[in-house]
Amino acid sequence: MSVVEVRGLTKEFGDMVAVDHVDLASREGEFLVLLGPSGCGKTTLLRMIAGLEEPTSGEIYIGGEKMNGLPPRIRKVAMVFQSYALYPHMTVARNIAFPLRAEGVDKAEQDKRVRWAAELLGIDRYLDRRPRQLSGGERQRVALARALVREPNVFLLDEPLSNLDAKLRAAARDDLLEFQRRVGITTIYVTHDQVEAMGMGDRIAVMRDGKIRQFGTPEEIYSDPADTFVATFIGSPPMNLLEGEHRVVGFRPENFKPIGEFTERDVPSTFRFHVNRSEYLGSDRFLYGVVEGYDENTKVIARVPVGSTIAEGATYEFGVAAADLCYFDPRTGKRLRGDA
Amino acid sequence: MSDEALAAGVASRRPRRSLLDSERLLAVGGLTPAVVYIVALVGFPFVLAVLMAFSDVTVGDPSLDFVGLETLRQVLEDPVFWRALRNTLFFTVVSNALVVILATALALILTKDFKFKWLIRLLVLLPWTTPVSLATISWLWTLDTIFSPIDWVLRQLGLLEGNMIWLGQPRLALASVIIVHTWRIVPLAAVIVMAGMLAIPTEIRDASDIDGAGFWRRTFEIEIPLMAPIIGVAVLFGVILSVTDMTVVHVLTRGGPTNYTQVLASWAFYKGIEGGDLAQGAGTALFLLPVLVAVAALILRFARRTEVL
Repeated sequence: MSVVEVRGLTKEFGDMVAVDHVDLASREGEFLVLLGPSGCGKTTLLRMIAGLEEPTSGEIYIGGEKMNGLPPRIRKVAMVFQSYALYPHMTVARNIAFPLRAEGVDKAEQDKRVRWAAELLGIDRYLDRRPRQLSGGERQRVALARALVREPNVFLLDEPLSNLDAKLRAAARDDLLEFQRRVGITTIYVTHDQVEAMGMGDRIAVMRDGKIRQFGTPEEIYSDPADTFVATFIGSPPMNLLEGEHRVVGFRPENFKPIGEFTERDVPSTFRFHVNRSEYLGSDRFLYGVVEGYDENTKVIARVPVGSTIAEGATYEFGVAAADLCYFDPRTGKRLRGDA
Repeated sequence: MSDEALAAGVASRRPRRSLLDSERLLAVGGLTPAVVYIVALVGFPFVLAVLMAFSDVTVGDPSLDFVGLETLRQVLEDPVFWRALRNTLFFTVVSNALVVILATALALILTKDFKFKWLIRLLVLLPWTTPVSLATISWLWTLDTIFSPIDWVLRQLGLLEGNMIWLGQPRLALASVIIVHTWRIVPLAAVIVMAGMLAIPTEIRDASDIDGAGFWRRTFEIEIPLMAPIIGVAVLFGVILSVTDMTVVHVLTRGGPTNYTQVLASWAFYKGIEGGDLAQGAGTALFLLPVLVAVAALILRFARRTEVL
């Protein structure tokens, strides 16, 4: 178990800056998620921590020791890849034992630890099979077992759930979290799926264009976004943004409600909301429309209970509690604080 | 065309199958050239060769008189035939063993990143692109009895007095044939193995790095086993090229000295074409068949296996 820290970490590929002066530190045993759209540098950052990629500049520390220039095996990190990268010509047992063989662990000890890891992940029945005889979920467990068997200091996971179908993914997410809590190894998890990030991360680092835009707990990232990118990347549907003269005002769809639902103490701001379309989603109803006095191309979404009697084509008084409004600088997109 | 005329044109054209929509026609048309080619240039000569092997046809007496196994008995009685058979096997096994080792090593090197890689790749491929006979003639000069540049270098280094006489001594001549042949097949094999190596996903290689495998473990436990089917294909191509080749022997040694480097293909050629005994030439060549059938069957098996992967 160790803390991972990077300082001023930068990676350039020719003219392209993939990772741009990133500072990040995990806590002991934490489940840390790197979240961002594809091409934001999250995988490159992970690969640098793993030792698969040398940084252009900056430092990497694992357990307080500088790791720059050291190969992966000395860093004692384990990584699970998007494709799982199992060795197709080896049985499950040999796949799991591979890191131990590379370490020169004796045969009896190898067998003991392979069995331990396989039992922990519930794949001990498959030890004699080859990877191609396993389902996606089973392959993922084999990959995890292979990562676990060396008792690494850090787990690095690169979109390990993205190859699973939706149903299996939810179950695998559960298993993965439960497993991580049990072994308590510091884990860095890369994903582009904000639902996954919100559900799994102790803390989330939201990345874009090689930079960390915000680093915090899921609650902080959701209700207190640092800029308009984070505000719209997190949450489905995303935060509504209305461009005013001096500032952009933002609010979440579920906080945008008919004015009658507020009390004096909420000090709600009011908006005249013209509803164009109402979408029934079973558990909620989404209202798509525009707000009078703002650009009519700016779509606004409200999330209301299914029972509400709001009609398409009509205009209503809607409001947002003062505490639920965020203000952003219209030029930089950065959050404006204090003057709300 | 105005819009109305266009509309009228479209309307008057009834939906109709074009000739190319007929799968039967397409199948027949597509297959015919290949069938004609195989029947005319492979099937017919093959049948003719089998017939000749059971006759006593010569250039002087071109009538196909059936003599049963008499011709084959004569072929088997000739000690040169047995030497040619031994040589063919020896030379195929040794040169292909060398080819596998060299081609795999080359492929490992050529898939790494380094400066001027394209130039090195080009140079490696060059022996394959040169016509066999021309390439072998340049080797003939290189191995010349008196003027061999190899001898000259050895003399300058003080390692040799006089000449090696590469092609004039039985063992050296056979070694020369093997070297030239290996030199010629390695590029093709290297390219095939390289393609196999590039097909290994990068994540597998990254995973072996993470798992702590060094160069040797990665090469022998991951890369080579994953490439085994493709190396197999390269070997089979190499075997076909070696078993059937007569150019290298013909140009370098003409089977000499005193038939010491004779192989089946060259022996069949000298007997049948140069010596005019068509029956014995065909009979000799017939002994290539079992090897080629076995190799072809293996190639088909490998091809099926790579499809499954």
